Amino acid sequence: MSEGSTATAMDGVRASIPLLIGALPFGLVAGVAAVEVGLGASGSSAWSVLAYAGAAQLAAYELIGRGASVSVIVATAMVINARLVLYSVSIAPYLAGLGRRRRLLVAYLLTDQAYVVSLVRYREGLDLEGRWRFYLGSGVSLWLVWQVATLLGALLGGTLPERLPLGFAVPLVFLAMLVPTVTDRPTLVAALVGGAVAVLAAPLGPPALLLAAACGIGAGAALALRAGGSGGRGADDAPIGDEGPIGDEGP
Amino acid sequence: MTVAVIVAVLLVGIGNVVLRGSALLFAERLRDVPPRTQAVLRMIPPATLAALVAPALLLPEGTFTPLGPQALAGLVALAVAWRTRNLLATIIVGLVAVVLLELALG
Repeated sequence: MSEGSTATAMDGVRASIPLLIGALPFGLVAGVAAVEVGLGASGSSAWSVLAYAGAAQLAAYELIGRGASVSVIVATAMVINARLVLYSVSIAPYLAGLGRRRRLLVAYLLTDQAYVVSLVRYREGLDLEGRWRFYLGSGVSLWLVWQVATLLGALLGGTLPERLPLGFAVPLVFLAMLVPTVTDRPTLVAALVGGAVAVLAAPLGPPALLLAAACGIGAGAALALRAGGSGGRGADDAPIGDEGPIGDEGP
Repeated sequence: MTVAVIVAVLLVGIGNVVLRGSALLFAERLRDVPPRTQAVLRMIPPATLAALVAPALLLPEGTFTPLGPQALAGLVALAVAWRTRNLLATIIVGLVAVVLLELALG
């Protein structure tokens, strides 16, 4: 449980398998949506490679279908993906020792899934090379599955049965990732406030997500800092790379 | 693809790299994170993920449906996630639950 333990790229792939399976229906849905608004398989893949963003891709397709302007499409995608800044800030300290090129690749491959899977593993303690390899295994496998799944969805198009609730795999993947990040009262409050504000603020459209994340982070942090007080103890203040495994507080 | 769509995907692509790289590219300065900042950073995953999940479960068609198939299947999946900590079991049970609940309630 120290900086000394390491990991291979295969460890990253293995830890990501459930999320890869979840990304498959998500990608199929996105591919179908792309052809439905007339982008074709090549357009779908252009979005998957260049934008490489699940939820933002779906939102962009919907706007393209409605004939929205370029500025509206880009602004909406940026608001939905603004959470990536939070992930970037959160994971950066673990990868600060990597060269600039590697960090650029880390950035391109940054997704909800690669971020959460890697962060949970990093908190158990991992040396720098292990962190890099683990992230690469997770990030590249997720990238490949997304590319294949969206292309498949675009090629299959409307032939997929309507009754299959493929779209529901999306919130389920996020739910499955959410639970292991809730480890104590402050993180529980962050999740409850974030979820509640997202529902209440939904009429605002895409900005609701940002507002909800900010409120949840604020509420959880306020509680953690009040409880932790002056130089406190426990998980709140554990130095990076030396924190206990996050999943060990389960029932 | 129209020219407008090509411009849009290029801009979104550049924008996403900027968002994703924002802190990572300046990570040298973030090596030593003060405990107070860490306490804030730790709230990012639960707050953000919950904000992504809750509307999909509670506002499936845009209207508040606390007892709809999605919300109830979400509860089932939540219970599985909590008890097993197994990502795959959570996703599969949730998908099966929503199919059955849609047949039962729909």
